[in-house]
Amino acid sequence: MTQLALVIDLNVCVGCSACVTSCKEWNTSGSAGPLVDERPYGENPTGTFFNRVQTYEMGTFPNSETMHFPKSCLHCEDPACVPVCPTGASYKRKEDGIVLVDYDKCIGCKYCSWACPYGVREFDEQEKVMKKCTLCVDRIYDMTMPEADRKPSCVKACPTSARLFGDIHDPESEVSVAIREDGGYALMPEWGTHPSNHYLPRRKTKMKIHADELERADNPLKLDQQLPKPDKDQSTMDDVSAW
Amino acid sequence: MKPAFSVIFLTTLIGAAQGLFLALFTHQSYALFGLLPMQSDNFYGYGTLIVMVLLAAGLVASFFHLGRPERAWRAATMWRTSWLSREVIVLPAFMGVAFLFGVSHLFGIRPEIVTLPGGMVVDLSVLLGVAGTLLAFALFICTAMIYACLRFLKEWNSPLTVINYILMGGSSGFILASFYASSAAPDQADFFAGWAIIITVLALIGRVASLFRNARLKPTSTIQTAIGVKHPKITQRSMGAMGGTFNTREFFHGKSDAFLRTIKPAFLLFGFVLPLVLLALGLSTPALLGFAFILQYVGLLAERWFFFAQANHPQNLYYQTVG
Repeated sequence: MTQLALVIDLNVCVGCSACVTSCKEWNTSGSAGPLVDERPYGENPTGTFFNRVQTYEMGTFPNSETMHFPKSCLHCEDPACVPVCPTGASYKRKEDGIVLVDYDKCIGCKYCSWACPYGVREFDEQEKVMKKCTLCVDRIYDMTMPEADRKPSCVKACPTSARLFGDIHDPESEVSVAIREDGGYALMPEWGTHPSNHYLPRRKTKMKIHADELERADNPLKLDQQLPKPDKDQSTMDDVSAW
Repeated sequence: MKPAFSVIFLTTLIGAAQGLFLALFTHQSYALFGLLPMQSDNFYGYGTLIVMVLLAAGLVASFFHLGRPERAWRAATMWRTSWLSREVIVLPAFMGVAFLFGVSHLFGIRPEIVTLPGGMVVDLSVLLGVAGTLLAFALFICTAMIYACLRFLKEWNSPLTVINYILMGGSSGFILASFYASSAAPDQADFFAGWAIIITVLALIGRVASLFRNARLKPTSTIQTAIGVKHPKITQRSMGAMGGTFNTREFFHGKSDAFLRTIKPAFLLFGFVLPLVLLALGLSTPALLGFAFILQYVGLLAERWFFFAQANHPQNLYYQTVG
């Protein structure tokens, strides 16, 4: 069984929102109709987006760090939003695990959005139906496109390659390897929804140097015991090092 | 959550309707066993007419909740998994049976179905009454489970939600029945008012229990589990939207804490305490019973508003700072 998903590397994301705009551009121009935008240049712009980049700050200035956090539907393996739908408009595809909304069946009761703990479904105030990330299902299977383009729009747009796309049930896929080897984690694991999308944590490359590595380990004079260090005003063997 | 007035009216109106139906058939059952004098068919028939009016008003209100009401029929398809779908099936079923129950009384269509060994005659209206009673309870369960089944919303995710929907609907319906009886069958008003007092007291206990439970809840999700970072101090600087989104509008009531603190004692007073006082007085002054129903209905509207507003959705963790 296949489960397509995104893996987002928070160590690499710079928060540029290129994924947001390319997602909006692709999905507002598709066969499913436009994604609503109200007052786009007005005082309180609002609209439906499948993907948003949020920013969080950890700690207190000056000891603080910033993290950019792109968030879209996680295509849960056990999606809480699907069984509550009264019409069957919300469904999870068996063949690739993508969670979709059939916009022609949705009655706009918003119950699915109540049942999602992640707040990734957004109601379209113009079409009066619920909308959400489709993993660009109208793109990834489009055989008229070159194979390199058959990826979600956000993945294609990311300038730092922070977004990986693939089948997390295939243990050798790029995404599975990334999750396994780079510490991929799921959001709100406490609800048992088993999100398919994973995040790679921010991590720092550090080198650990132990005290003994600062001294000559093969110093033959140290075989029996540590020699006392000479005082600053005493001479050393080479005038440079302390033994 | 943001309380939607369509749902507030739907749940309170059909709750009163179900309660009234249960009250009418309870009386007929008592009468059947000879515990109370059997009333005329018109008493039960016109009472059921009120049930139908309330149900229809609730149904109309529910359509205002839908973005695409013309597709509402589709909502009956997923009854295997969705409590909302089950409600969509049970509500018209209850309406149908209540309608037939009313017709059977008003037009005197009461063919004998079976005569029990004790000589008790079970006619069509009794059969419909039993079916209607089962459906009324099924509808209470469906309506309440729509909320109680959402495990992320811990304020709702409790058997108390179901119990309270049954008790508050029952209380509302029995008070209405006592008012109806005070004009249609004055000597029977005390029977309904007595039951109304019992159910209202139980409803008050149930609702206060759920308030106590909710006051002690600890959120399962935190900002740390939401974004997967272990740090005691995490602040959101941007939610990825400049002017608010569906997620900022749908999941927060938009009122101040002071408003929330005011409405809690208000709904306890109007929904439970004052109606109980009026019911007690109404045993001697029937005119107060109508006042009790209206006052309690206002209180139940406030209660339902609070019920929605109090539920704190974990998605709010992701939407704290516009920017």
